[in-house]
Amino acid sequence: MSEVGASTADAGDADRAEQAAASGGGVICLVERDGATIAEASLRALTFAASLAGPLVSVTAVVPPRSGTGMAEPDTEVIAAVLAANGATDVCLVRPADLSAYAPVAWARSLEQLTETGGASAVVAAATDHGSEVLAHLGAMAGLPVAANCVSAQSSGPGSWQLVRQRWAGSVLEDAVLEASRALLTVAADALPPSAAPGGGSLADGAGHRPTVRVVTPALSEADLRVRATEAGEQSSGMSLATARVVVGGGRGVGGPDGFATLEELADLLGGIVGVSRVVTSQGWRPHRQQVGQTGTKISPELYLACGISGAIQHMAGCMSARHIVAVNTDADAPIIAHAEYAVIGDLNEVIPALIEAIRARAS
Amino acid sequence: MLAVGAHRGVLLETDGREWGPVATAAAIVAAVGELGHTPFPLILAGNESADTGGYQVGIRVAHALGRPCLTGVKRLELAGDTIRAAREYRGVHELFEVALPAVVTVREGINLPRYPSLPGRLRAKRAEITVLRPQWQADGLRKQGLRVPVESARRAQVLGHGTAAVPALIDVLGDLGVLPPAVRSGGDGAAA
Repeated sequence: MSEVGASTADAGDADRAEQAAASGGGVICLVERDGATIAEASLRALTFAASLAGPLVSVTAVVPPRSGTGMAEPDTEVIAAVLAANGATDVCLVRPADLSAYAPVAWARSLEQLTETGGASAVVAAATDHGSEVLAHLGAMAGLPVAANCVSAQSSGPGSWQLVRQRWAGSVLEDAVLEASRALLTVAADALPPSAAPGGGSLADGAGHRPTVRVVTPALSEADLRVRATEAGEQSSGMSLATARVVVGGGRGVGGPDGFATLEELADLLGGIVGVSRVVTSQGWRPHRQQVGQTGTKISPELYLACGISGAIQHMAGCMSARHIVAVNTDADAPIIAHAEYAVIGDLNEVIPALIEAIRARAS
Repeated sequence: MLAVGAHRGVLLETDGREWGPVATAAAIVAAVGELGHTPFPLILAGNESADTGGYQVGIRVAHALGRPCLTGVKRLELAGDTIRAAREYRGVHELFEVALPAVVTVREGINLPRYPSLPGRLRAKRAEITVLRPQWQADGLRKQGLRVPVESARRAQVLGHGTAAVPALIDVLGDLGVLPPAVRSGGDGAAA
């Protein structure tokens, strides 16, 4: 790995980084992009990584190149400030010349080289599709275990960590001990507190500190680049479930394929999109790409209006990041009622048409 | 499996212990080696277990066999010796193309499993299943125990029953700023 540039490091930062490197206990966190910003899940993982590191230990946020072509590179200073607010002491921008698209093995190779040169004691990533995939590759390369979906971790001596991690999408917690020369952890970000904004309260030692920013180029072989996204474009079908501001959910209570027209109409009115529970797709009422849940899409809208959905844990695993959940259900004891902020007890096939009528009346 | 079209079945019988991804992948790699007279150009697996959600077994198998691994696949096409796969991540389509041999892990929704045919069932009944007993191995991650998380006692604020709850629901949607703008002229003003 070669370092092709260094910037914004003052003397104090350099001392600190050296000290951290010497102690050999640095923590590295893989950070993912989300459009022009850093993914919220990654910021939460970064705070988790910072909590794992002692006060004199470096917390390096590793930022791979942005996927896709023709997209402007966001301001490094802005990225560094956001990462610092969430506990990063060092920022590593990975810039291989031949890597503009997502390539999981190449990302893992970059992390591997950074951990070896910096002697990191732990590597952390959010348990997203990319984070989980990259850490699995890193584990396979290094011959190390990966503890997936952690919600807490504490060092319990050299090469030993006490972990709590989610099983069954969080319906069960596992207490575990990890013994390894380096801890590789993915973090169940949904279960952790929201990230801090730059200039906000100090979350970890070093928050608000101006981080060292380095640009590094990993040494990659042809095999590291065998798997890479050859094309990555926005969905052609307009709004995406993963990023919609409003999701109108339909479950068993919709009663059949015909009932979704009403939900589509409401979603249109609210500027949103329809999502469904597993029973709906396994009945063949709607295609699987509309499924919200552990094995479907994970959503994080401003509003999730869950209609006729009981709220099984596998479904909740996909919608717990919604800022507000409103449930419409005939059963006042359905699990969704315990997760929702507001509820209407009633038949969605009566409530939703009445709601649509009221919204239309209001707007005319 | 055999009834829906597999030519043969191999059972990796375990001892009831907790098999992590390292041990599981090693057992599969060993089995592929033992059945080595077949080249298996394509190894298919599920993307992750519903239990630990580890995302690791397919990837670890691929590394051990020196193959590329495509994960989370929702669409798969085979064109000669090339495999094309697609998946979606954060609303973006990711397309991958690799040459066989490869390991591919798939997601629920890639297809609808076919139903076993009657001839398939009969063939499955007669088939002999090879049983292998792989060696468990520790991987440094040890489960101490499982517990149910403390549920929050929070319950939703009930806005009402049936259509009578619609005005209250409208107020909530208005407060959340998701209603289309009201264009009522004069009178009680716009709630949103």
